[in-house]
Amino acid sequence: MTNAAPLPASRAAASPSDDERRVLAVRLENHAGALNRVANLFSQRGFNLDSVTVSPTEDPTVSRMTLTTSGSPRQMEQAIAQVKNLVDVLAVDDLTSAEHVERELCLVRVHYTPETRSELVDLIGFYKGIVVDVRPETLVIELSGPVAKINQFVAHVARFGVTDVARSGRVAMRREIVYGD
Amino acid sequence: MELVTAPTAAPHTPHPLDGTVMTGAEAFCHALDAQGVQIVFGYPGGAIIKIYDEMARIQPRWQHILCRHEQGGTHMAEGYAKATGGVGTVLVTSGPGATNAVTGIADAYMDSIPLVVFSGQVSSHLIGNDAFQETDMMGITRSITKHSFQVRRFEDLVPTIRAAYHLAETGRPGPVVVDLPKDMIASSGVFEWPEAIVPRGYESTPDPDPVFVQMAAQMLNASERPVLYVGGGTIMANAGAQLTAFAQRNRLPVTTTLHGLGAFPEDDPLALHMLGMHGTWYANQAIQNADLIVAVGARFDDRVTGKLEAWAPLAQIVHIDIDAACIGKNVVADCPVRGDVKAVLEVLSPLVKRKERDAWHAQIAAWKAEAPLDFARDGVLRPQGVIEMLREATGGHAVLVSDVGQHQMWAAQYFRYVEPRSHITSGGLGTMGFSVPAAIGAAFALREQGRDDLPVLSVSGDGGFVMNAQEMAVARKFNLNVLFVVVNNSYLGMVRQWQELFHEERYSHTDLTDLNPDYVKLAEAYGIPGVRTTTVDEAEAAIRDALATPGPKLVECVVPTEEMVFPMVPAGAATGDMILTRDRFDG
Repeated sequence: MTNAAPLPASRAAASPSDDERRVLAVRLENHAGALNRVANLFSQRGFNLDSVTVSPTEDPTVSRMTLTTSGSPRQMEQAIAQVKNLVDVLAVDDLTSAEHVERELCLVRVHYTPETRSELVDLIGFYKGIVVDVRPETLVIELSGPVAKINQFVAHVARFGVTDVARSGRVAMRREIVYGD
Repeated sequence: MELVTAPTAAPHTPHPLDGTVMTGAEAFCHALDAQGVQIVFGYPGGAIIKIYDEMARIQPRWQHILCRHEQGGTHMAEGYAKATGGVGTVLVTSGPGATNAVTGIADAYMDSIPLVVFSGQVSSHLIGNDAFQETDMMGITRSITKHSFQVRRFEDLVPTIRAAYHLAETGRPGPVVVDLPKDMIASSGVFEWPEAIVPRGYESTPDPDPVFVQMAAQMLNASERPVLYVGGGTIMANAGAQLTAFAQRNRLPVTTTLHGLGAFPEDDPLALHMLGMHGTWYANQAIQNADLIVAVGARFDDRVTGKLEAWAPLAQIVHIDIDAACIGKNVVADCPVRGDVKAVLEVLSPLVKRKERDAWHAQIAAWKAEAPLDFARDGVLRPQGVIEMLREATGGHAVLVSDVGQHQMWAAQYFRYVEPRSHITSGGLGTMGFSVPAAIGAAFALREQGRDDLPVLSVSGDGGFVMNAQEMAVARKFNLNVLFVVVNNSYLGMVRQWQELFHEERYSHTDLTDLNPDYVKLAEAYGIPGVRTTTVDEAEAAIRDALATPGPKLVECVVPTEEMVFPMVPAGAATGDMILTRDRFDG
């Protein structure tokens, strides 16, 4: 045949390409079923769900979820379209390329000895952490900030002996408030 | 869940019973009447016994059909919905009643069939306690429903019913489950019929974006080798006539998916018939050589595309679909047009210019001549021949409801559908046992529409037929004009075909010789006359006789075990690499 159009780079929507991370703010109905539907969608359709946080908003009938997912650009477009399709979902805002703030809260229980205590306390001060519980051999430290800072802190205190880490998962917000498309 | 007024709502008219105090069970019966429900397929049980009690007491206008198994009832509702374009309604009890309905719900989800399934539930205070006949229906059906509701309070019942029907039938249709705890059904409250309402998060279908419509028209006008690839969304949008006029006016070749059959008359010279794994060679050739494919309410299913990387390598793609998540899911669309197929065709059509494209049509005609669909016409009763006999006996004016397997593909290849909604099958889920009950549901639909003279042809294999054969009782009770055709090759034929072609002829557990019943006696046990045929003459006579008198009949056609469905794209192969015949495969 003549007059052939140029070959498309790839016909398949699910073709492998560089993974990207997306941060989504999702407003949804405030009942347990709604959260289940979103989480279930990710497992059912094989999308990665890297982090989820959810809590009620200023309107008690509405919850807000911050959801971090990763995959190929096409998978991400598909994941967003499928989330929007859920009847319980009111709005989806893709924060990834917008100017936005991301924060995480973390509690870490760290072992200390009389010899290491002052060094540990200096480190906590350096990271602007707060000691929220003190026991004869352990401290519980509260720290909030960008995810990278939390990662760095947890790695940093590992050598003292960390016995427990609780992280909230990422919460994020646009620097200007726009929901939906 | 906040419910808001539906954007398409008609002016609200008050209901005569507004303000009346009644139980949940009574409100259920009246709400279905107010909703315009004509027929409910169901099966009683403890959790919903009060609804059945009110049914007997109130005598609502809607008719209740007692199925013999809840899976059968759900497929009846699917057949009814497919034949009418309306919503199918199912009523089942909690626990096993609900789980028996799950296969039908999953089937409806895959094929975008509008259903509302009411499932009984144990009383609210027992939920989560592993109570008798308790099942977490909300959890089980979460990934196979468009949406689901559990109604905990009387005042939510009627609005939820209203919303459930709206969700099921608008946008991309699908099944909606409404779970009804027993204490809520028994509780009392004031009946109020609300205006049309939807959950506030439900997005109504937008008008087609004129930018993409314009772009699609330009691509069509520039194309030298276009193909319309038409799916079930066209029939759901009731756009068969628009599509046909569009294709004929602009001289565009049309290939249809399994669910698109009937959207475009297959006896038209522009018809390429079905594409894909068991589609025609010439349809797949057209796809592989096209410079433009316009997908109309189709979803690029793997049975259509085969190996995606090699599919339609020369073509740009226009994808028309109502579901935003469907566009770009499997295939990248060069021009995405989101919208209802009928609405899109209305705005697209005036922008498209007729082009003759003689070279392309000559090429297609040559492909059609090179490898037409055919089978051995050697006097032996063959399954393809059975389908042709059914076509000839009815002139195509029938509703053919196939089951799943080889006969399903032959029914798709050889019947030559000319009308929308004349072909009903389980395409996405591939549910054996679909045909018998779905045909019954379709027959109820035709009766409701006063088209009772149109025969319903339930075509099954010997394997699938017994999976819901018990529903024959319903066909007999209501004297429905359903002809049950059992294409009997004594094997699970499609699996056997794969075993022969791809698994070195190890026929692992597909031989049904010692398992199959006597189909004629089975039909007779349900009070349905049956005939066993083994020759062409016997089969022709039996089909003719069966269609000559009203009421259900069964015709068993004994066909050769070795017959295979060709042409065939092996799973995972490129669409261009079709096996045309057994000989070509061997050689």
